Amino acid sequence: MITFESVTKSYDSKAEPALDDVSFTAEAGEFVFLVGPSGSGKSTVIRLVLREEIPTSGRIRVAGKSIVKMPTWKVPYLRRSIGTVFQDFRLLPNKNVFDNVAFALHVIGKSSASISTLVPDVLETVGLEGKQKRYPHELSGGEQQRVAIARAVVNKPGILLADEPTGNLDPATSQDIMDVIDRINRNGTTVLMATHDGEIVNRMNRRVIELADGVIMRDEERGSYQVGA
Amino acid sequence: MKSSFILSEVFGGLKRNFSMVLSVVLVTFVSLLFVGSAILLQMQIGGMKDYWYDRVQVAVFLCPPDSEAPTCAEGEVTEEQKESIRADLEGQDLAAYVDEVHFEDKEMAHRLFNEQFAGTSLEGSVPQDQMQESFRVKLVDAEQYEIINEYFSATAGVEEVVDQNKLLDQLFAIMNVATAIAVAIAAIMLLCAVLLIATTIRLSAFSRRRETGIMRLVGASNAFIQLPFVLEGVIAAALGAALAGAVLALVVHFGVAGWLQAQAAGFELVSVGDVLIVTPLLIGIGIIMAGVSSVITLRRYMKV
Repeated sequence: MITFESVTKSYDSKAEPALDDVSFTAEAGEFVFLVGPSGSGKSTVIRLVLREEIPTSGRIRVAGKSIVKMPTWKVPYLRRSIGTVFQDFRLLPNKNVFDNVAFALHVIGKSSASISTLVPDVLETVGLEGKQKRYPHELSGGEQQRVAIARAVVNKPGILLADEPTGNLDPATSQDIMDVIDRINRNGTTVLMATHDGEIVNRMNRRVIELADGVIMRDEERGSYQVGA
Repeated sequence: MKSSFILSEVFGGLKRNFSMVLSVVLVTFVSLLFVGSAILLQMQIGGMKDYWYDRVQVAVFLCPPDSEAPTCAEGEVTEEQKESIRADLEGQDLAAYVDEVHFEDKEMAHRLFNEQFAGTSLEGSVPQDQMQESFRVKLVDAEQYEIINEYFSATAGVEEVVDQNKLLDQLFAIMNVATAIAVAIAAIMLLCAVLLIATTIRLSAFSRRRETGIMRLVGASNAFIQLPFVLEGVIAAALGAALAGAVLALVVHFGVAGWLQAQAAGFELVSVGDVLIVTPLLIGIGIIMAGVSSVITLRRYMKV
């Protein structure tokens, strides 16, 4: 589903590259944790998959397409097959829960009819039934992240990217969010999640790719956190 | 669905940036007002050329009783001299240049004078016997006035040959200078409008960066993301252009057609009909200007 082949990314030709000769493959339906200290290149991987950045060298395939030489006008269609959630939720404060999720469908040209069936479905999936009319400021952090996840997966993408999705949440709420992401993964969505949260990684017992200074230190099936070990 | 969503974004943007949008409307209005004025001035010149160049072009003025011109040393023009001048004008030598000749006697000159200055203090101020007789000559080619002038330069009984187009050419020169000034001001104002539209779009894009960020993330196409901003600029500029057209129409209706036409006898001035031709052009200029400047701005400030 996601393949990196010898990917190097330098933001500045003089400095050390943010990613240095990174290769890995995440199969369809797989759940992969990206771990490592700040500045190790986790976010760069996420941005490369989204094609917000273009690698300095190497090849990247996402959802069956080579994305490095992809023309700009095709990039939006690539992103429709990827859902993304961030640490800071990125909700629209002046729209309620339903409209925040519906916005993602409106702007890719979905009809009102399909929006009115898709949005309630996905809100149920993330456990927000009955809170459609709430505004973001009326929700807890965990609920806001559920809205963000609902928005990311409402269009049924094959891939879910999560960049520190529990970074702003307390442990109990983090676990609830992980349950939601796990449920989405079990429905067949490939998940690539960058995180600092060792406890979650250890509990989930999934594949772990550890990055340090832009290099893959280990890549383990059913791995644990142990950064720098 | 899609279009109604875009429209609601556009009107949201217009409301949010009201003061900036208003300034775009006003700057576009002023700049296109000058563009429109320049075009109307040129239309007026064109219309006047058509009108005058079709009519009498050269006047051969005959000696009045007390002229000081050397060719009038013998006093007022005699009947024989008139006949000889007419024969020359209609003769073989000038046949290739002269299209039509008619004689304007004192009575006719007096009547035309009073018609031309009707309603002013000059009306009736000159008695008929002081009017000057002349031959009015229409040339085959309006530019060949000099041939007639030279031909009669030493002819007794001819006081002066006047190229009436020359008087008009002076008027046209003044109007051309006015056009050039209007175009220069319009160019500066258009530059202001372009820069202002660019600034407005940047502000608008900045204030909506959350929305556009999410739109990019979920895979909205660039056209879909940028269209509301482009439309915002285009609508503001089109409003300004329409306003310029409306003001030009008012000025022409009350100022030119209502007032100036009454003063200027004989020939037609620009009308509201001309403004109706110019206005779509102004709206077109406004739309293209705003469209191009907003697309360029978005390309620079909104990455994919």
